[in-house]
Amino acid sequence: MTQARIPGPLIALAAAGLLLFLLPLAGLVVRAPWDQLGGELTAPETLTALELSIFCSLTATAVALVLGVPLALLLSKTTGTVRGLLRAVTTLPMVLPPVVGGVALLLAFGRKGLIGAPLNDAFGIQIPFTTSAAVIAETFVAMPFLVIAVEGGLRSLDPRYEQAARALGASGWRVFARVTLPLLRPAIFSGAVLCWARALGEFGATITFAGNLPGTTQTVPLAVYVALETKPQGAIVLSLILLAVSLAVLVGMHDRWLGEP
Amino acid sequence: MLRWLAVVAAGVVVACGSAPANGNAKAPSSVVVFAAASLQPPFDRIAAQLRTRDDIATTFNYAGTQTLTSQLTQGAQADVFASADTAHMTAAQQAGLLAGGSQLFAHNRLEIAVAKGNPKGIRSLADLARPGLVVVLADPAVPAGKYALQALAKAGVSVRPKSLELQVTAVLSKVALGEADAGIVYVSDVVTSGQVDGIAIPDGQNVIADYPIAQLQSAEHKEAAKEFIDFVVSPDGQSILKTAGFETA
Repeated sequence: MTQARIPGPLIALAAAGLLLFLLPLAGLVVRAPWDQLGGELTAPETLTALELSIFCSLTATAVALVLGVPLALLLSKTTGTVRGLLRAVTTLPMVLPPVVGGVALLLAFGRKGLIGAPLNDAFGIQIPFTTSAAVIAETFVAMPFLVIAVEGGLRSLDPRYEQAARALGASGWRVFARVTLPLLRPAIFSGAVLCWARALGEFGATITFAGNLPGTTQTVPLAVYVALETKPQGAIVLSLILLAVSLAVLVGMHDRWLGEP
Repeated sequence: MLRWLAVVAAGVVVACGSAPANGNAKAPSSVVVFAAASLQPPFDRIAAQLRTRDDIATTFNYAGTQTLTSQLTQGAQADVFASADTAHMTAAQQAGLLAGGSQLFAHNRLEIAVAKGNPKGIRSLADLARPGLVVVLADPAVPAGKYALQALAKAGVSVRPKSLELQVTAVLSKVALGEADAGIVYVSDVVTSGQVDGIAIPDGQNVIADYPIAQLQSAEHKEAAKEFIDFVVSPDGQSILKTAGFETA
């Protein structure tokens, strides 16, 4: 097997692209107050934000799994215009500025929103400014990553396994649970990890829809923004934590999220 | 796309061609102004007048004062700095960023923003402690949030806000959208928003924000910078600020 040679100029451009990613990271690492790291890490406000971030991002991923896998299934079985529309709606949060997403969430689930107003009138349920709102915002922004990954997995699935199971008399539900899901495991896993990483870094939709209150809606990215104004050292430490976690996840996944084994 | 570009190009040609027809022989000049976010409504109007009167084009960078200060400290290029408090202006002066001194040009006081018609019947800061009321403040890192805490302390009221927003305009929009029942903002925010009602805070509990303006050491357009500042402190400029809800210096 011979490997195709990459032309020199392309390598130079690739290196420049890589530098664009690496330099900001280097900036964070170089400027980090390493001697204060322990103190900043165990500061109560850091721990509170971290705890909330982990809870919200994991919950958002769980919700995305429950809703996103069936959505991916639906996407993979539709064709033509319907599929185009479904796809557009599903991937919209990926390209929408998150702040716009947050405004849209307010107009839907806010006290005066489409769903939020009846909820408030009938049950006195108010979603904005609650931890639930932070979870909803993160799910809104992160679920598309899971749906796209799982849909990709479904498309590359050999349909003969499902056909065989059905021919042997299995019900639709049984085929899904016993054949489709197990075959999809790698795609679901990588989709869930990406979804979780995106949820962990969510800022714009959260601040707009859920607000900013320590212990309730102030996740790590929000805490970073606030700290940047008051104590930049703390902001750098929090940024490093997010960076380390995200990097560990992406390295740990190797190439799996590209659909390779 | 091409046609669109052509239209823009034609517009530019027309605009440039018509400029000398004003009879104004002066070459057009420009000025870069870093201004606190709360100044946007009056400063946009001041820029429009400067443009027609003196043919000066103004470019603004509106943001939280604390953000502007750190941008300037990091070497951002600008001609004029207008701050929402004296603390940040003093910091800029100590960092050697100012060309000379600064001068106060406006004051702003705090007000309680509530939904139009004040459906919750809020009359004072003390009402904000009422259980069940959704109150939103600016984060203490934001000048408006710092002032709000001072006002609440003066009134002896302890409030549990539902959110600490990252800029005062976000507090305003949460009230305007009906998501919050009340928030503490500047009088000028209430005046220019038009979407909320303002409940006055008595002098004894209020906090007055001072707005200083200064020419920057690194100014590239020194003359235009001076003209901008002169206009802001002139009777015309002061009347624009007053219309926007500021108190004049």
